Amino acid sequence: MRDVAIVAFAQTRHTDHDTGLTEPELIAPVINEIKERTGLRRFGFTCSGSCDYLAGAPFSFVSALDALAAWPPISESHVEMDGAWALYEAWVRLQHGDIDSALVYGFGKSSLGDLRTIMTLQLDPYYLAPLGLDQLSYAALQANAVGADRAELDEIVRRSRADGRGNPYALDLPEPDGEDFAVQPLKKTDVPPITDGAAAIVLATGDLATRLCATPAYIRGIAHRTEPHYLGLRDLSGSASAADAARAAGVGKAPVEVAELHAQFPHEEIILRRALELGGGTLINPSGGPLAANPVMATGLIRIGEAARHIHDGRARRTVAHAASGPCLQQNLVTVLEA
Amino acid sequence: MGNRCAVIGVGQTHYTTKRRDVSIAGLVREAALRALEDAGLTFKDIDAVVIGKAPDLFEGVMMPESYLADALGAAGKPMMRVHTAGSVGGSTALVGASLIQGGVHERVLVVAFEKQSESNATWALSTHLPFSASLVVGAGGYFAPHIREYMRRSGAPGHIGTLVAVKDRLNALKNPYAHLRIPGIDQKMVESTPMLWEPIRYLETCPSSDGACAMVLSSEAAVTGTPAWVHGTAMRSEPIFRASRDTVSPQAGKDCAADVYRQAGIADPRRQIDVAEVYVPFSWYEPMWLENLGFAAEGEGWKLTESGATALDGDIPWNASGGVLSSNPIGASGLIRFAEAALQVRGMAGEHQVDGARTALGHAYGGGAQFFAMWIVGRERP
Repeated sequence: MRDVAIVAFAQTRHTDHDTGLTEPELIAPVINEIKERTGLRRFGFTCSGSCDYLAGAPFSFVSALDALAAWPPISESHVEMDGAWALYEAWVRLQHGDIDSALVYGFGKSSLGDLRTIMTLQLDPYYLAPLGLDQLSYAALQANAVGADRAELDEIVRRSRADGRGNPYALDLPEPDGEDFAVQPLKKTDVPPITDGAAAIVLATGDLATRLCATPAYIRGIAHRTEPHYLGLRDLSGSASAADAARAAGVGKAPVEVAELHAQFPHEEIILRRALELGGGTLINPSGGPLAANPVMATGLIRIGEAARHIHDGRARRTVAHAASGPCLQQNLVTVLEA
Repeated sequence: MGNRCAVIGVGQTHYTTKRRDVSIAGLVREAALRALEDAGLTFKDIDAVVIGKAPDLFEGVMMPESYLADALGAAGKPMMRVHTAGSVGGSTALVGASLIQGGVHERVLVVAFEKQSESNATWALSTHLPFSASLVVGAGGYFAPHIREYMRRSGAPGHIGTLVAVKDRLNALKNPYAHLRIPGIDQKMVESTPMLWEPIRYLETCPSSDGACAMVLSSEAAVTGTPAWVHGTAMRSEPIFRASRDTVSPQAGKDCAADVYRQAGIADPRRQIDVAEVYVPFSWYEPMWLENLGFAAEGEGWKLTESGATALDGDIPWNASGGVLSSNPIGASGLIRFAEAALQVRGMAGEHQVDGARTALGHAYGGGAQFFAMWIVGRERP
């Protein structure tokens, strides 16, 4: 495959409430920042990820295009998925060999509605959605299946929030203390925060990559897999699709220094560490991860950006990023980055 | 444009107002199985699935690829969901083709659908964000003023729209999958229907359909059966609120066409393309796109329509299948255009086959006439 590198990453300072910005207003500063940082005004391809249901109106991505100053018209596409899959589409497009740069972005304002209820609409509309199974209930089913030690889960939340407080883009969440359950066995503090935010990444190939970034983060492997939708057809205590994607991306070929995982709940981190076969030597979610900032539809893309940042800063030479979609980690995308 | 890519299977459902006999999963699976059968393959032979549809609000299922993974045999495979407004069916084909052209996969299943009977698309399209008041109802309300502006600029006589409405429905009578099959359709019948959005009459607009369309795309090494070779692919988008953009003949459409023609070596689309499947949801969009796509000079598109050139027996048939005016499962409508173009160059279009078609254009547009997806397919390997 052609070498493609992440050469720039920008994100908003995510908020836990609606600040009154429209989606184009949320995205525009991030796009402008990444254009300034790379000096690129035009890209060979542009791709974004978002979800209409967060705004409750069709075509949320249409007005987002206005934030890009897409004139003259641009070669552009959109996935109704996390921005991580937009990055995948752009990576594929760069494999054609006729273009050398791509802009990818993802955005979401989950403050606008009741996310827990909205996510119910992602389920089979005939057999599952009418049951009223909401996002926290099915996550709790999975937490139950994992049966992890409470102290281990608490430590994941504590560590994520502490790291989040050290990350200027993540939320400032206090030390978890309450014992209240959201849905047993999920504690209220196990639930990712409602977050508004956006992120953007620039991909480049060949000479352009090294010209734009002294230490490009090269995509050495990228793969994704889905699995059956029906929770009863899956072993919820693990993630076969994450393990498959990790193998296809080549995670295990060498030690991993940093892994940014799209684990929205602490038990998901345990599942994913096992699926990706990450050992004790791997630093997990030093950004704080989704438990410290979860701008839905950008969260997965931010994992890739954060994993790339460690290479850009020279703090690591091999990192892994993971993104998830669907109920209970139904679909997983794994990216291996190297200096 | 990377490695060679071919269409080796096409599957469609019979488009109709309400498919009460199948779930959404049953609908997409029906199209997928037909495409696999056409290619002589099974789900086991597929490396990845790309699915597209218009806004999730149309069925009330958020990100339905999660739910549809099982029905499309995607478990254990990569699956992607594309959404680029009305152009999504075309974009879905292009994302699938890109996976082949980029050398990532050998065989990709692309599927697009809409089950419009699950909701009301006109009102789903009329929801606006707070503080952005709009008086527009549905897509027709949005596009009618652009059509009136086209008529003003070109001086086109008022009956041109009815000619397209009749021509596409006559073609639909030859397409067993078409939704609107109206015996005895003629200009008088179209003119007798109510005015919806001046100048668009009831029979000058597209229906609301339930339906799905699927294609199996293949690398050169993995071709089975009769291939339609992809000679060019292009997408273009422009911002909806740019003050100076021309909504009648958008720059993104012109640029997209220029890009796809360059890849396919087409200098004169009128002469070099044998048949075109173009996204015409309102009759007047035929003359407008004839100009935008370079088949006619500016202001001259309506004359081409009037001359009969775009009829099935004309020198450049447009929408031999009956087009969007005859079948409109919105999210699938673009993919149907791309699939019908492939059927034509494979010589498998049945009664609406254009004799000797060797090169065909598939076209889709969406949003406020701002998103464009196109491909050129041909009988010969590029």
